[in-house]
Amino acid sequence: MNTSATYSEIVKTADGIPLKVSLAKAQRKSKIRGMLLVLPLFAFILLTFFVPIFDMLFRSIENQLVPEIMQNSSKLLVNWDDQSGELPPEEVFAAAKLDFEKGHAERTILRVGRRLNYEVPGFASLFRKTARRAKDFEPPFTEAFIERDKRWGEIDTWKLIKRESGAFTISYYFAALDLSYAPDGSIGIKGETQRIYLKLFWRTLALSGLITFLCLILAYPIAHLLSTLPLRISNLLMIMVLLPFWTSLLVRTTSWIALLQQEGVINDLLVGLGLITDDGRLAMIHNAAGTIIAMTHILLPFMVLPLYSIMKTIPPSYMRAAKNLGATPMVAFIRVYFPNTVSGIGAGCILVFIISIGYYITPALVGGTDGTLISNFIAYHMSVSLNWGLAAALGVILLVIVLMLYYLYDRVVGIDKMKFA
Amino acid sequence: MALPAYTSPGERVWFYTYRIFCGLVFFFLIAPIIVIIPLSFNAVPFFSFTEEMLTFDPAGYSLRWYNDFFTNSNWQGAVRNSVIIAFFSTIIATFLGTVAALGLSRSDMPFKSTIMGLLISPMIVPLIISAAGMYFFYSQVGLQGTFLGVILAHTALGTPFVVITVTATLSGFDQVLVRSAASLGANPTTTFFRIIVPLILPGVISGALFAFITSFDEVVVVLFVGSYEQRTIPWQMFSGIREQISPTILAVATMLVCVSIALLTVLELLRRRSERLRGMTPQ
Amino acid sequence: MKKIRQISLALGSAAVLGIMGVANAQDLVVVSWGGAYTASQQKAYHEPFMANNPGVNIINDDSAADGISKLRAMNEAGNVTWALVDAVASDAIILCEEGLAEPIDHDAMLAPAPDGTPASEDFGDLVVSECFIPQIVYSTTFGYRTDLVKEPPTSIKDVFDLGKIPGKRALEKRPIGNLEWALIADGVDPDQVYDVLDTEEGVDRAFAKLDTIRDEVIWWEKGAQTPQLLADGEVVIGSTYNGRLFSVIEEEKQPIAMLWDWQVFDLDGWIIPVGGPHREIVEEYLRFATDTQRLADQAKFISYGPARKSSAPLVGKHASLGIDMSPHMPTDPANAKNTLLYNYVWWADRKDDLTERFNAWLAQ
Repeated sequence: MNTSATYSEIVKTADGIPLKVSLAKAQRKSKIRGMLLVLPLFAFILLTFFVPIFDMLFRSIENQLVPEIMQNSSKLLVNWDDQSGELPPEEVFAAAKLDFEKGHAERTILRVGRRLNYEVPGFASLFRKTARRAKDFEPPFTEAFIERDKRWGEIDTWKLIKRESGAFTISYYFAALDLSYAPDGSIGIKGETQRIYLKLFWRTLALSGLITFLCLILAYPIAHLLSTLPLRISNLLMIMVLLPFWTSLLVRTTSWIALLQQEGVINDLLVGLGLITDDGRLAMIHNAAGTIIAMTHILLPFMVLPLYSIMKTIPPSYMRAAKNLGATPMVAFIRVYFPNTVSGIGAGCILVFIISIGYYITPALVGGTDGTLISNFIAYHMSVSLNWGLAAALGVILLVIVLMLYYLYDRVVGIDKMKFA
Repeated sequence: MALPAYTSPGERVWFYTYRIFCGLVFFFLIAPIIVIIPLSFNAVPFFSFTEEMLTFDPAGYSLRWYNDFFTNSNWQGAVRNSVIIAFFSTIIATFLGTVAALGLSRSDMPFKSTIMGLLISPMIVPLIISAAGMYFFYSQVGLQGTFLGVILAHTALGTPFVVITVTATLSGFDQVLVRSAASLGANPTTTFFRIIVPLILPGVISGALFAFITSFDEVVVVLFVGSYEQRTIPWQMFSGIREQISPTILAVATMLVCVSIALLTVLELLRRRSERLRGMTPQ
Repeated sequence: MKKIRQISLALGSAAVLGIMGVANAQDLVVVSWGGAYTASQQKAYHEPFMANNPGVNIINDDSAADGISKLRAMNEAGNVTWALVDAVASDAIILCEEGLAEPIDHDAMLAPAPDGTPASEDFGDLVVSECFIPQIVYSTTFGYRTDLVKEPPTSIKDVFDLGKIPGKRALEKRPIGNLEWALIADGVDPDQVYDVLDTEEGVDRAFAKLDTIRDEVIWWEKGAQTPQLLADGEVVIGSTYNGRLFSVIEEEKQPIAMLWDWQVFDLDGWIIPVGGPHREIVEEYLRFATDTQRLADQAKFISYGPARKSSAPLVGKHASLGIDMSPHMPTDPANAKNTLLYNYVWWADRKDDLTERFNAWLAQ
């Protein structure tokens, strides 16, 4: 910037600094000031939110447990050729004896057993059985181990330990994608009876798609009505959209339970009207139907509001012009009105879809067995099975799907356009 | 909007079908929220209208579930915790979010949309994922099962709303006002407090309300990051529904509906005030 | 403005107290299941213990349902605030193996029976883990609506017989227990159940048996659900914990009766979290609360069998109903003709993969 200055007469400020320099300085200062304003929140979000998300990413691949607790044997196993068809050498067994003895004293070795049990059922008891006696093992240790449990004489046992001896593992992701991962590292598809997560991902996507579609069908007419009615009336009707929006999610889920259950309001009403018999009460809850109905209700405002804000911007004169030019109302709608609302439809659909694929509370309460989503299984592995690695892997896959959709949303709508009622 | 006289019968049918459909959708939206209110006054522990209730027999109604709510220590603890947690996370979120929004709306802010995207990501990432990440990480640093942990988590979830509402307010903000204040001799501090603050205040307050309600309604994160000691109203409702659904939950739900109505009113008043201040006609 | 400041100050100090609300030196956080169960512990153990030790204040925390995960989280942080946790036997085994529960010497820590029999002998084989102090024996068994079945069910086979007992039935949403029942109903010798389940064909056979009633099953997750479903008439028969059935039959007088055939025994007891506070008071408490009399006392409030052999003769009448509790105990000889004890060791190995398969089966 100095070069250009030399060609023209240099304009100076009152204190003798060239105006350009002074301006640049002021601009830089202003920029820094702006950055400083953003910095505290940025640091806060980084620490309380991004670091935890990265921690989850890390958990989905970390495997320090095995190499740390079986440190002697895992080091030696690296040199063992698992394709040789032979058991590891005696020194590995001797090292394993040390690991078991130490791990038993420190009460850590059974964690390895539980960890490997995720891969091959039976390792928990194998480790429990072995740990109790390891300190009495006499050389040759190969024989001592095999005598304690014949599984120590199987090559696959050692292949699995070798495979999981690294500091990182991919096995949680294979499990999350219903892939079988043999001890020797070969990959296949799990048997029909064991496949679950892919099915759940599909179900989550399918139910979310259906809910999004239902929301669109219900929201489009009322958004249109709200945008065309006189303000006085539409403001009143808007309350009917905003009140559910502002009402606690649990309140709305609770009321759906009260409405839908077998002894609930709707069934009572239908029986009272004689439409169904008392023992023919409809099962509308604790199944997919319950999830769909309750979630459509809960997410409907998220569809109405973006549609409404787009429709509000379409001048009524468009439709009148189309009709004046001879279009039937149907044609005018399809050719003129509808295309103008497409961006609102895109925004609403992606928003509702993103929210619904990560939904946990409502499916957990009204979903029964066929209305539960992938997030319910993430919660299950976090709090019941304690398989945190698998929970993290499922979470990361879900996060990737959401981020892809979010990217799409950004392309269609723009993140900075996000607004609320 | 009455129909003009020249509409064809077909159009008439279509018009009324459309109106009826809209009426049904509005009914679908509002009925579930209204229906729990009378049910919460049920004298018997059922989730349906009894005959006494339908004939408006006073014996069919009672306040026993409200009484249960006000005498049960689980619920009282939950109310206290909810207020404490929401209060502190709202304060922090509003402060951090407003300051950041002031920075973000400067015209010379570099990487604006990227930073914005990062700052509002807690709102986009599904709660179960945030909950999982926070649960794993907060466990390691000793924040799991503490009030501080839950407050930090809720603050992170609440800030995007503050950032968005305040930025939106500032985007309609006329920079000429700042320059004219300066030219009239106001120093930056005076300008800030006399010009900027009053104008963005509605945005800040509605952002704060969003942050408050986010924390007040939030259940997934508090289920994992919190513990029994930090149980909030939604936490208590969730475990109540899972364990044994009693009409006390309906009483709580009714009171929460009243809270939402109050919030909605405040927001609407703020919106009107903001528009009046900016010289727009109320919409 | 002044008012707002006052309110915020009040809130602020309340919150600081809340955050700083570290229990004072003698507060003992005891984690249990809540509801009637915690109430029975409060009456039988906590209140007499606090009466004898005025300095100690026991705080009930009802989070036992997420006990293992919360305990692991606290352990990772090195900040365990729970002094004592109530856990079912299978969870106690996991906690012990994960190094989250303290192993204990039962004879050194716990009181002997009144006749001098050492604790470990008095509890017998109910000590399924070196970290576990058994408290009660409970069972998962069936209740049925006496007015909705044509003829009362007499064996576990009837649960799987849609011809004899038509209508919905409630079963727990997990493989444990259901697979065993399915095989017994399918004619497998109860002694051989786990041997059969060890084979792939055995597991297939159990699932095939469950397939036959699948459409008529409502799956429950919490113990309160089945009594509710039975009371509402949504199911005609359903499994749940025997104590829950006791209260719905005897306290709420619903037309429900018990089917004890092949009830599955399970245990519930205490574990001491590793790194938990107030170890000395905890040990003192355990010595008191698990002695012969205290365990028998608990049965006055809830129909679960005391884990000590020496407690059985001391079981008396229900505290408020005044009925004799012995016939309601799962361990009563009349009820315990056919019983199954979980094979904890076997399930520790197979829980992960069979739960996965069970969930896949449900998701079909």
